[in-house]
Amino acid sequence: MNTKKEFKSPVGGAIVDPAKQSMMLAALYIAQEQNGYLTKEAVQQVAKRLGMTPGDVYSTASFYSLFRMKPVGRYVIQVCEGISCYLNDGAERVADYVSEKLGIKLGETTRDGMFTLETVQCLASCGTAPAMRVNDQLYENLSPAIIDDILERLMGEV
Amino acid sequence: MTNWEPVLLANVNRPNSEKIDTYLRYGGYEALRKALKMTPDQVTAEVKTSEIRGRGGAGFPAGVKWGFMPKDAPVKYLAINTDEGEPGTFKDRLIVERDPHSILEGVIIASYAIGAHRAFVYIRGEFFLGVKRWIKAISDAYQKGFLGKNILGSGFDLDVSVHRGAGAYICGEETAMLESLEGKRGVPRTKPPFPAQKGFWGKPTLVQNCETLANIPHIILRGGKWYSSIGTEKSKGMKIFCISGHVNSPGNFELPLGTPLKEIIYEHAGGVRKGRDIKAIIPGGSSTPFLTAEKINTPMGFETLQAAGSALGTGAIIVMDETTDMVEVVRRITRFYVHESCGYCFPCRIGGQRMLSSLERLAGGKGSKQDIEDLEYVAKGIYGRTFCPMGTGMAEPVLSGLRLFRPEFEMKTAKN
Ligand SMILES: Cc1cc2nc3c(=O)[nH]c(=O)nc-3n(C[C@H](O)[C@H](O)[C@H](O)COP(=O)(O)O)c2cc1C
Ligand code: SF4
Ligand code: FES
Repeated sequence: MNTKKEFKSPVGGAIVDPAKQSMMLAALYIAQEQNGYLTKEAVQQVAKRLGMTPGDVYSTASFYSLFRMKPVGRYVIQVCEGISCYLNDGAERVADYVSEKLGIKLGETTRDGMFTLETVQCLASCGTAPAMRVNDQLYENLSPAIIDDILERLMGEV
Repeated sequence: MTNWEPVLLANVNRPNSEKIDTYLRYGGYEALRKALKMTPDQVTAEVKTSEIRGRGGAGFPAGVKWGFMPKDAPVKYLAINTDEGEPGTFKDRLIVERDPHSILEGVIIASYAIGAHRAFVYIRGEFFLGVKRWIKAISDAYQKGFLGKNILGSGFDLDVSVHRGAGAYICGEETAMLESLEGKRGVPRTKPPFPAQKGFWGKPTLVQNCETLANIPHIILRGGKWYSSIGTEKSKGMKIFCISGHVNSPGNFELPLGTPLKEIIYEHAGGVRKGRDIKAIIPGGSSTPFLTAEKINTPMGFETLQAAGSALGTGAIIVMDETTDMVEVVRRITRFYVHESCGYCFPCRIGGQRMLSSLERLAGGKGSKQDIEDLEYVAKGIYGRTFCPMGTGMAEPVLSGLRLFRPEFEMKTAKN
């Protein structure tokens, strides 16, 4: 496809190939896989492969909450703070419970680098609220007993 | 109670419902065979006759949108919206995870009708299982000859690929979704031009929600007339209603449009927990205005909910009982939209922050009468004055919250 001329990079002014640029999100996912966040080197790699500047890549990556710029724990616990989870005694109640069990506040990572605790927006599990996610696994209908179970299993996996 | 045999959700509870063999065993891809024997115009005509309106929130008539796709354009695309993120909504995730072929069959039929040979699935990045299910469904469909070159000997070619979003609610808005598909920040585009004129890579693109597409095979098999015989005057067909909050049996229920809110809450969802009274209902996802219990007999349709002061939106009903703190509810919903604002336009970006700080003071019992006034002033200022509809969606819960539950806001300021 020869539409190169029409497209200008917003930052670098370099000519960008739209076909390559459309690979951006997929490339960022791959780049993030190894370290759990986007290292400077990973961003440079993506930029090189896509024929863009690292600034272009950062600009896009920073728009999306699933791309991280900082290291996180091996397991990222994301508690839904949405309206239906709140109405079902979830949200802060779940987050506080996990927080107390792990001894970390929201946004923090345990000393051993195992767990990071965050809140997220509606996970489309409102009918089975409260919900939370640990990495790519979704947990629904949470109760303290279920949360205990999940955490114990993850701790045992080391 | 409305007697309705599920059509869209007929498959989801069967064992291995996501597998192509299961789908085929229950008549899957028959509609595609039928459609490929029709002309593309006949297919579009059938969809127009059905009067189906989009299920992604905006409710635009699908057949009309298909008709907008230019016939002579050499390159056209279909983009499938699986970005479901409106709080309270959990229907698309269900279909994608449990019956992806029902959407895919609709995708192929729609592509044939509009003359697209390339379709893009845009799926919310958090839907890990959904991503897997989409990919598997597509690769199985290729194997069986439902995708690729010369589909079922018809001479029609179609390729479909899956693209993950990465955690941005705004990318559900169709033009932001196209930006994201192109690998950019998900900032909405100016409309017009509409995607049907200038969409992905500047080419005509049909954007359709996945529930909308899942209806298409049934419209083709049973006819547009059958479809338009279901529902109300302006809301045809069946709809998946998501119900959550303070009800005994939350979940997804497929019912004809026009089913009364009361029936869905009390008969399908088992009524309000602990037998309590209802204080508020959100009928169509968290950006639709609240209703009070007085409006409980409203039929769930586009025009009927509008007349009641709200909207059908995504069909996601959230029920709040008499004990609910409405100031906290409004604060929480507002926080969502503020968090998800793409930041492009001023009223949504700054106005949202302003509303949220007032709401946080109020919800925390530290607010004043001035905060209530500010809140109303800013919400009115945002309403209808933003670049994309999200700003208005952000103002709706605040304005309707103040209109219906003002005394609760005032009580919060009593101490100050
Ligand atoms: C802020 C915002 C978010 C949206 N999110 C979604 C979404 O997650 N899924 C969806 O199908 N439509 C969403 N829409 C509506 C789309 O812009 C578009 O109308 C829809 O995908 C068209 O498909 P339909 O006609 O089949 O509903 C959103 C709209 C706005 C303004
Ligand atoms: S209304 Fe909000 S989300 Fe929409 S363009 Fe403006 S800032 Fe972005
Ligand atoms: S509000 Fe928590 S999953 Fe929807």
